[in-house]
Amino acid sequence: MRLLTREALLSFRRAPLLSTLSVTTIGFSLFTLGLFGLVAINLREALRGLEERVEVVAFVLRGTPAETITLATQDIAAFPEVEDVVYVTEEQALARARRELVEFRDAYRDLQVNPLPASIEVRLKSGYRDAATAGRVAERLRGFEFVEDVRFGRDWVQKLDHLRNITGIVGLVIGLAFAAVAVVIIGVTIRLTLLQRAREISIMRLVGATNWFIRGPFLLEGALKGLLGGFLSLLLCYGGYLLFRDRSGGTFGGLVFFHPVQMAAIVLFGVLLGLFGSLVSVGRHLRNV
Amino acid sequence: MIRLTHVDKSYPNGALALRDVTFRISRGEFVFLTGHSGAGKSTIMKLLFAEQRPTSGEVRVSGYDVTSLRRDEIPKLRRRLGIVFQDFRLLDDRTAAENIAFALEVTGARRDTINARVARVLAQVGLSAKSRAHPRELSGGEQQRVAIARALVNDPAILVADEPTGNLDERATRGVFQLLRDINAAGTVVVMATHDLDLVRQARYRTIELRDGSVVYDSAEDEPDAVEAGR
Repeated sequence: MRLLTREALLSFRRAPLLSTLSVTTIGFSLFTLGLFGLVAINLREALRGLEERVEVVAFVLRGTPAETITLATQDIAAFPEVEDVVYVTEEQALARARRELVEFRDAYRDLQVNPLPASIEVRLKSGYRDAATAGRVAERLRGFEFVEDVRFGRDWVQKLDHLRNITGIVGLVIGLAFAAVAVVIIGVTIRLTLLQRAREISIMRLVGATNWFIRGPFLLEGALKGLLGGFLSLLLCYGGYLLFRDRSGGTFGGLVFFHPVQMAAIVLFGVLLGLFGSLVSVGRHLRNV
Repeated sequence: MIRLTHVDKSYPNGALALRDVTFRISRGEFVFLTGHSGAGKSTIMKLLFAEQRPTSGEVRVSGYDVTSLRRDEIPKLRRRLGIVFQDFRLLDDRTAAENIAFALEVTGARRDTINARVARVLAQVGLSAKSRAHPRELSGGEQQRVAIARALVNDPAILVADEPTGNLDERATRGVFQLLRDINAAGTVVVMATHDLDLVRQARYRTIELRDGSVVYDSAEDEPDAVEAGR
């Protein structure tokens, strides 16, 4: 193990320029991937904000007894898709309309009779905020005899579904493409290191080194380079994130950065890339020598 | 120790490197392989340490059948051989001692054993004082001595030397050759490919001459009395 570590570290000392180049390459490849990841998670965050506004509203017939509604809201709250249920009385509806619809404030003030119906507002759990589920819940709400009408903005929710699907697919495709490019670039860099050390490898073989003995230091070296590249990419991503957030004049003030788990995943991905790239390149090289 | 039986070797481009080569080398022998460039000397050397395989025929080295040797057994064979080349093949960024130690490290030897054995072979090749020198700080003759020390450090039964004096001046050649003779005198089989006929004449060891891939002369068969080192 000591020998393995020594040999792996020696390669950094022997070819500092090439090693720096490898780490930088891995770092920048993961940086582009990371930037894309940041865009993706922020987009998802924005979509989640929109999703939270998906709501099914059941308008209640005038004169429905309060106990009936209380019982019904308990029933509705027990639906598996439902996060919470709020009963809005006619008076609360009017007060809210006066507060929120400023341009109609005068009209609402002069009213003799409250025209707004009471309603039951149903918010759906995350993962159920799509047009199909909202439609199903609406259908069930219509089943209550005191419900006059149900609305949930079908068009809008459908558009949201569509947007979510597109973001998911595009994200996956571009993400995979970036990852593939990163793997290729890293593989090429490791191959360069191998070519530089072809003579050394041939000497190792002549003195009776097994293939695993030869591979070991290269694998460790690849993993180390991946680790450093992973940290470098995080640093670059964080720099880019700060720059974008602070220079955008508040437009993107709510941007989020990776969670620690996601950061660990990026570094781990770097390590795996380094390891995988080394394994493939050394394997090919050992077959050819 | 070494047995080639009706060995043919051809390359994918159709070139025939060896044609029906048969000979045996026994314990304690020193054998010259001679012939012009392209005669097949280096191909035989490569067959001996399983860098190449015969197209047909059988090659046996130190109990291993090179013809059917599994890839993972090649390192085991090479650890029983010492291999020396014309171009030394030393690692430039390691000292003489580190270059020698490297051959032991790959076998998984312990550090204290390594140090003792490296010191011993360095003394044997007369380079104890230069153990910390890098190859670029050594003369050609000294570099070849380091390479020989590396080949010796695993106590091989057979030393395979492909034109070991090809890059050396006359004086260095004499020194390296004497070293190989001493190694042979201590019991190691030495197979040396060379086209330096002065050297061959000087020693009167067994000589196998190759021409166009075939053995055209073997002093052990053609002039058995002339051979200095017995089988």
